[in-house]
Amino acid sequence: MGLPAAIIFAGFYFVPFIANLRYSLTRWDRITEPEFVGFRNFINLLTNDDLFYKVLGNNLRFTFLVVLFQTLFSLIFAIFLVKNSRTNIALRTLFFFPTILSSVSVGMIWLFMYDPNFGAINLFFTRLGLEGFALNWLGSESSALYAITFTQVWFHTGQMMVIYIAGLQQIPQELYEAAEMDGASRWQQFRNVTWPMSIPTTIVVMAYTTIQSFRAFDLIFAMTQGGPNNSSNIFAVLIYQTVFSELRIGYAATQSIFFIIVLVFVTILQRKFLNSRYEK
Amino acid sequence: MIYKVSRIVSLVIFSVLIIIPSLIVVFGSTKTDSEVYNKPLALPEKWSLDNFRFLFEVSNVGRSFLNSLIVTGFSVTITLILASMCAFAISRMITVTGRVLFSLFAVGLAIPGQVNLVPIFILFNDLQLTNKLSGLVLINIVTTLPISVFILTAFFKELPKEMYEVSEVDGATPLRIYRSIALPLSRPAMGATAIFLFVITWNELLFPLLLITDNDKRTLPLSLLSFRGEFFSNYSMIFTAVMVASIPMVVMYLLMQRSFIAGLTAGAVKG
Repeated sequence: MGLPAAIIFAGFYFVPFIANLRYSLTRWDRITEPEFVGFRNFINLLTNDDLFYKVLGNNLRFTFLVVLFQTLFSLIFAIFLVKNSRTNIALRTLFFFPTILSSVSVGMIWLFMYDPNFGAINLFFTRLGLEGFALNWLGSESSALYAITFTQVWFHTGQMMVIYIAGLQQIPQELYEAAEMDGASRWQQFRNVTWPMSIPTTIVVMAYTTIQSFRAFDLIFAMTQGGPNNSSNIFAVLIYQTVFSELRIGYAATQSIFFIIVLVFVTILQRKFLNSRYEK
Repeated sequence: MIYKVSRIVSLVIFSVLIIIPSLIVVFGSTKTDSEVYNKPLALPEKWSLDNFRFLFEVSNVGRSFLNSLIVTGFSVTITLILASMCAFAISRMITVTGRVLFSLFAVGLAIPGQVNLVPIFILFNDLQLTNKLSGLVLINIVTTLPISVFILTAFFKELPKEMYEVSEVDGATPLRIYRSIALPLSRPAMGATAIFLFVITWNELLFPLLLITDNDKRTLPLSLLSFRGEFFSNYSMIFTAVMVASIPMVVMYLLMQRSFIAGLTAGAVKG
């Protein structure tokens, strides 16, 4: 009974996966026949491709910041909203709301928010007399990636918050009562009860956020297409551009392989780090 | 004291950060463009649906809406059928096959199908599946199968074994057990998965972008993206299009908040 799903999945996931390895050994523009070039794409990519390293750096920075802030904020909001009161439930519903929108919609909304002349962000800063903060957020190389990072965190913090709330509600209330009896402050309660007890949830949240951030193609494509000057470019967008703008199928396949390697590497590193925390 | 103040301050800030952009979009879709630019947050001078009428006249957003509905409907239904059958099989097989099957999908979960964009593009061109809604349905099924199988396997494993054993004694075939016992019991899990799949499929951009060039075959996210080019920075029209693309989700979300939150959370936790 598992056969139909397995066949479809093998045919359209694993077979393309293998084909991709084959393409990576060729030079191919889809107009002429593919030409076998051995590992030349790999060598080129590693030794002679500044763009690749730039995108690698962007992707790692983007993932790191999104994971850090999304985890942090979702945990904080979960602690604030953990009790099932009427206001709290209403606020949870509100905070969760962006998650149901499409990345393209979110991208369009924030394109306007960040608009240098009319956007709400700059309007806010100039009203406060902080003209220095009124930047061309998406148009300048130094801020584009961070502006998108903020949007991504805005987009999914509510979703992760709900996961944390479910986790926090599992913590036995007696632990807090005992801590209070011992005169523990709120901070001490967090350090000694909430944080250690919610590490399993943190593992889930971080793992999901990592994959989510690697898949931020839609949002970045809608907002900047990786620009200006590739300052907000990440792997998925780069690969797409190598296929469609440059027609270099073989090279794009090689980029995909490195994309997978980085993704797997980051995932393993993170698991190791969190599991060591968990065992302590 | 510090706790209370920082709690209220941060909750207010995040609420404002969500409410203001939403209001700008809702108001903006009923305004003229100059009104959007000059007074983005003000109430519209007159509420009008002209933008919507105009959008449906000049673009084929109606067609895209329909396409999105067709693609999402078929993708979600077929994925659910395939995934639930597979998950049922996995949960009942303690043999090697079950474990192999499970790890097959585990790989797909760790390395999302999106990394295959190059070979999928080539393969779908060779099979002439580009510019076809059926092609989109197929790739959606492939990318959402792993997570669905995971969520449903976790659910089926929790069902008490006795349920099955009784019917096995009665000589029921696995397919029969699946249809008359497992499926009816799994309605909540199926519902949660369906919502999760509905949201991600409805909002998917990458593969439509890769596989669709024909205007009449566009899905909503793709149309939305093209409007940015066509209307350049005519934000009243863009916001109108955002409204059209989001309304079905928002209405469903407001009607079934609990199931939505449960569904989208299950997707993350079980993954």
